[in-house]
Amino acid sequence: MGGELRFVQGNEACVEGAMYAGLDFFAGYPITPSTEIAELLASRLPLKGGKFLQMEDEIASICAIIGASLTGNKVMTATSGPGFSLMQEGLGYAIMAEIPCVIVDVQRGGPSTGLPTKVSQGDVNQARWGVHGDHAIVALTASNHQDVFSITVDAFNFSETYRTPVILLFDEVIGHMRERLKIPEPGEIPLVERLKTSVKEGVDYHPYLQREDGRLPMSDFGGVHRYNVTGLFHDMWGFPSEKPSVVHELMRHLVDKIDHHVDKMARYREYFIEDAEMLLISYGSSARSALHMVTDRRQHGERVGLLELQTLWPFPAAVVREKTRNARYVVVVEMNMGQMLQPVKAAVEKPERVFLANRVDGVLITPADILNILRLIQGKGV
Amino acid sequence: MAKLKLRAHVINREWCKGCGICVHFCPRKVLELDEFDKVVAARPQDCVCCKLCELRCSDLAIEVQTEQD
Amino acid sequence: MPARDYIRERFFPHMWCPGCGHGIVLNGLVHAIENIGLKKNDIVMVSGIGCSSRIAGYMDFHTLHTIHGRALAFAIGVKMSRPDLTLLVPMGDGDALSIGGNHFIHACRRNIDMTAIVMNNRVYGMTGGQYSPLSGHGTMATTAPYTNIDQAFDIVSMATAAGATFVARATAYHVQQLPNILEEAIRHKGFSVVEVMTPCPTYFGRKNKEGSAVNMMDNLKTRTTPIGSKAKQENPSLIERGVFVKKELPEYCAEYQRIVEQAMKGK
Ligand SMILES: Cc1ncc(C[n+]2csc(CCOP(=O)(O)OP(=O)(O)O)c2C)c(N)n1
Ligand code: SF4
Ligand code: SF4
Ligand code: SF4
Ligand SMILES: [Mg+2]
Repeated sequence: MGGELRFVQGNEACVEGAMYAGLDFFAGYPITPSTEIAELLASRLPLKGGKFLQMEDEIASICAIIGASLTGNKVMTATSGPGFSLMQEGLGYAIMAEIPCVIVDVQRGGPSTGLPTKVSQGDVNQARWGVHGDHAIVALTASNHQDVFSITVDAFNFSETYRTPVILLFDEVIGHMRERLKIPEPGEIPLVERLKTSVKEGVDYHPYLQREDGRLPMSDFGGVHRYNVTGLFHDMWGFPSEKPSVVHELMRHLVDKIDHHVDKMARYREYFIEDAEMLLISYGSSARSALHMVTDRRQHGERVGLLELQTLWPFPAAVVREKTRNARYVVVVEMNMGQMLQPVKAAVEKPERVFLANRVDGVLITPADILNILRLIQGKGV
Repeated sequence: MAKLKLRAHVINREWCKGCGICVHFCPRKVLELDEFDKVVAARPQDCVCCKLCELRCSDLAIEVQTEQD
Repeated sequence: MPARDYIRERFFPHMWCPGCGHGIVLNGLVHAIENIGLKKNDIVMVSGIGCSSRIAGYMDFHTLHTIHGRALAFAIGVKMSRPDLTLLVPMGDGDALSIGGNHFIHACRRNIDMTAIVMNNRVYGMTGGQYSPLSGHGTMATTAPYTNIDQAFDIVSMATAAGATFVARATAYHVQQLPNILEEAIRHKGFSVVEVMTPCPTYFGRKNKEGSAVNMMDNLKTRTTPIGSKAKQENPSLIERGVFVKKELPEYCAEYQRIVEQAMKGK
């Protein structure tokens, strides 16, 4: 199938990426605009002996994939805002118990049932902070189907490398829009497989004892090592502990294992950044409009550029600081009330020079919308 | 099956919480709680090795060891 | 002692209160597994949150202590991905039937091969004695200081209506029957539900003036009767125990395997 050219929806590009990454198990509950992912996997997974489950709700879906991950499978679920809300407790569990899994949220307008068929990027902060308690999180996105494919593979790779859930934060436009996708050849994108313990049967295995490089080799449930997995703070055997030193160490580990690898996980694209006076920062479908507008204004000699973020969390602050250094103005383009605006402001040298170009009415922000706001910022009127 | 003969009541005093369930429901009144609220086999000679005490102990604190007659 | 082979001794004495019925369920389970002769590496125990769910940490299997109410959903993921493993899913009454009620009925409906054990003490033990959906009308609880006006579920009827293919009720008092029923449930190919009535002397007992743990065990004796007994006809308020449902229906993992074969054939 490698090398094949396809004309697909973004949701299908995500499915292709997941299959390429080695997805074995999917559980989900239908919700617009993510449903195609479940429908496609219902027919695709059995073809390779994989498992597809339609569960009774999103809570059950995330729990089921965590269970399946423990037996050594690559797992995924897909949903949209309302379902993503329901998944938060399970997501927290996967963080605490360090279970690799991928959660796709194809964003629509919220809160509540909101705008089921309309685009939004309103879940950026929910992805970051929807889970209670201190934690780090990985959330990735993309603006075109080739990137949807490869970022999906990245999501699986990160989840295995860091033993963590990874969120894919797509949106309705990306999910439903059709465009070209070239399926890479097998091996073209490297895959990270589950790191399995080399500890032999009968030798004490510590499921939560880090190797020197910080990684935790796993033993499959049903294998030769019996251990405990819990959402409570736990010791290196996985047994509940309230010992302050154990609690402190685990909390630090859960946060540090992500935060210390921000640079390794930072995925972004840059367009005309070198000499840009006006730098746009955007992601997902908004970044398509931003890119369109930037390309167009460049032809008119305007010094505008675009930094397109694919890794939203952990926030690539160093990249943003570096890339915005020479810009006079920074404009964050997104379809929410300014959820990425805040971390950008916190990262740059001159936060007072950071502006927001947004739309929150369920309509894709257009290049003209962005240009209008740009002119306002430049004091040129509309 | 041959009749079981008592070898010993093995009592784990660390685990026994003195709930008194085994004492009360022993059909032969073999068991008692001592002054520390731990179970003891006060009349082992009366034991019929039914093992109800062992099965009813919430704490796995009592084991009735038997040998075939 | 066979029990010792199946538990993680280093965590004993366990955290449950004196006379708590949850330990008797653990005891019965150990005997059932011993009788079947299951290997520890082939057993996965998945529990939720509650006093009851702490059972998982004490057992020397692959143990997954999850979140409140969701044990069955996790268990389905484990079982679907490794149908050869034996899944045991102990839950509290609140865990299984309040917050986890939806997962419970859907697991029954799917007939996936695992054993759900509802450790029914009719109260939220872990959080300190609030009423559960099993407490029943007229009981007392910290959140029903005047009296509880909620009607209780009947777990057996509910599991039966939802399609479980093995449904039984046992008690912590009837300890010869308990391991036998658990054994039959585990051996059954399909979704098995075993309700075990267990005393929580600390909260249900105290709030409802049921006296000591011994007294509560006595109540289990006098308030229950074997299915279809003469005593039940004379006194309909007696609660029946035994195996209510045992039937064959296509098992979920086996059915999914059929789907895989069908899909592959069409390839
Ligand atoms: C989502 C969520 N809600 C509430 C709780 C608090 N909680 C912990 S255990 C429990 C009830 C336990 O009762 P039951 O399931 O009957 O188990 P028992 O302790 O009686 O064995 C509750 C409400 C929780 N842990 N998670
Ligand atoms: S039942 Fe167990 S815990 Fe209770 S008194 Fe007897 S031995 Fe002790
Ligand atoms: S085995 Fe039976 S008779 Fe003997 S002490 Fe235990 S309960 Fe009593
Ligand atoms: S509170 Fe109740 S259920 Fe919890 S351990 Fe104590 S007796 Fe058992
Ligand atoms: Mg309870």
